[in-house]
Amino acid sequence: MAQIRIENVRKDFGSFNAVKSSTFTVEDGEFFMLLGPSGCGKTTTLRMMAGLELPTSGQIYIDGEEVGQKRASQRDIAFVFQMFALYPHLNVGRNISYPLISQGMPKAEVKRKVAEVAEILGITGILDKPVGGLSGGDRQRVALGRAIVRNPKAFFMDEPLGALDAEFREHMAEELRALHDRMGATTVYVTHDQLEAMQMGDKIVVMNHGVVEQFGVPQDIYDWPATRFVAQFIGSPPMNFLEFQGTVAPDHAHVSLGGTDFAVPGVIEGASGALTFGIRPEHVRLDDAAPYKGRVLATEYLGTTQIVTFATANGPVKARIASADKITPGQTTGLNFDARTVTIFDPAGRALLSVANQGVLRHG
Amino acid sequence: MAEVVLRDVSKSYGPQVALQGVGLTVPDGSFVVLLGPTGAGKTTTLRMVAGLDAPDRGGISIGGHDMAGVTPAQRNVAMVFQQYSLYPHLTVRENLEFPLKSPILRTPRADIDRKVAEVAETLQISHKLDNKATALSGGEMQRVSIGRALVRNPSVYLMDEPLSSLDAKLRSDLRVELKGIQANSGATLLYVTHDQIEAMTMATHVGVLDRGRLVQFGPPREIYENPVSVYAAIRLGQPRINVLPADVFGGAPNGATQIGLRPEQIVQGEGEEATVARVEHLGDQTRLHLTYKSHALITVTDAHTPLRSGETVKIRPHQPFYFDATGARVA
Repeated sequence: MAQIRIENVRKDFGSFNAVKSSTFTVEDGEFFMLLGPSGCGKTTTLRMMAGLELPTSGQIYIDGEEVGQKRASQRDIAFVFQMFALYPHLNVGRNISYPLISQGMPKAEVKRKVAEVAEILGITGILDKPVGGLSGGDRQRVALGRAIVRNPKAFFMDEPLGALDAEFREHMAEELRALHDRMGATTVYVTHDQLEAMQMGDKIVVMNHGVVEQFGVPQDIYDWPATRFVAQFIGSPPMNFLEFQGTVAPDHAHVSLGGTDFAVPGVIEGASGALTFGIRPEHVRLDDAAPYKGRVLATEYLGTTQIVTFATANGPVKARIASADKITPGQTTGLNFDARTVTIFDPAGRALLSVANQGVLRHG
Repeated sequence: MAEVVLRDVSKSYGPQVALQGVGLTVPDGSFVVLLGPTGAGKTTTLRMVAGLDAPDRGGISIGGHDMAGVTPAQRNVAMVFQQYSLYPHLTVRENLEFPLKSPILRTPRADIDRKVAEVAETLQISHKLDNKATALSGGEMQRVSIGRALVRNPSVYLMDEPLSSLDAKLRSDLRVELKGIQANSGATLLYVTHDQIEAMTMATHVGVLDRGRLVQFGPPREIYENPVSVYAAIRLGQPRINVLPADVFGGAPNGATQIGLRPEQIVQGEGEEATVARVEHLGDQTRLHLTYKSHALITVTDAHTPLRSGETVKIRPHQPFYFDATGARVA
């Protein structure tokens, strides 16, 4: 298995710049997510890592060897596409063994490997079946089997669950992650679904407009987003943005929103102008005594919790609170924000370094 | 707006039974969501109310009038399909105006303009009003087709997974908008989805369908907190309810073969030891995948839990659900 290192990788398609200058490292054995909206460059990045596209500039290392200009066939990786293509005229066993037979592997060994892979995927019982009549899940397992059987250095997957319905997708996501935990193979996985990325990934790269916005472990990215883009792309509902005009100076540990002072983690770098006070919905607290007021616009019941949308002087704010709390649309209540969790964004949408997030961001 | 009543409706397509004796009242001004997996009978129910299909048995009335033999056009219902269908040669504005320009309605020009502007604003497509329908993205086209239903003033809105083709952000915005439009206008809305978030957040009542039968009907909170069966319990709640053999924790009532535990029905730190198989950080919460007596279960814990896989955590059921061998609730 392998470590994969991307350094200053850029990709242009004619005059269109798909990937600007990406740098990140996928450690050996990681389940690594490339996350972003459509057109952000995540698939192009994956295709460059796989050798299906060649970078315009920059280096790609697999296990220390520079492979940037090498073809896919020379990189010893396995690619699982969104639309898993199986050979319709071959049965399950033959679909899985095909890559080995075409490599000229002896028959007995092929048989042993196929049996092993089928065991891992739980499809031993259907090896003799034609692929035509299989369920979506089994087709996906066969496609995975064909990738696993070659024992490649790394697996690359481009939205492999994208075509499945919600219930089944959750099930397959769990199965994929459990499979990874058993095999420990380096896996790079492209998705636009932030929940899937949080759920499955050891690390996440968040991309937007060809730029790596942030790279790190899921909980850090959620807690301490580097940009407004990340803060609203990750989390459902996303982070609340309370916009205000003002100045924060280094060492300041409070800001003023509509005349109310709020404590924030002490900022290390200052900024002024159109600033944003960022707070996650679960860190908004209802407190009748608080001077900062919000009027309830809507409530959304979610079982254990509910999402309450408030109108405030700085725009709409969503709070995630226990569903047992009684809330009536139209009522006005005081709002408090958990000071330890606040992120302040500068006018360009970049998170200001603070005593709370410096360990995660350390940019500059 | 109007009440919609289905009385003992059955429908088969050849040997395929789509609906079996469905009785359902959509109260005037309510937002009823039909929930169930593919093939449960959701879309069939909607098509019957719209008049696109006729029941084999039973009857449907809208606003107290029996709909037998009444054509879709005469029913005054507005339907939004999963797959948008717009007039490709018309602009967004012309598409939205179209239902109002029907010769029967004779809507004054000023009213049309006002209505179209209002709806376009709600659906965030004001800036696209003069674009050709074909020049829109899929999500925009779907918003226009929702808009075409909203400009009208029908007895009932019928919507078949209208948000399923939209991206997550827009879907979440439109959930709040649709709910707001319905609540403020007092419209009656019958809505089909397999997305439980849509059902929980928008519905005044949820109807759970299982292979052509209506198995539970009530407010989302009632179905979540008091499900009649394993099947109904699984439909709402993320992570989904854990269903284990009834006796794994001891103390199961007579007749119970399965115990159902939602995350809030599992107390942590007390009871018996379970092993942490995996810790999943979702940001606002963390999911613990546990192994207890070789059974897998999932619960939710603090976002910043120090627990790691391989460690143990004590768990104890708290007011769990019990089900019998057929899946029916017994306690």
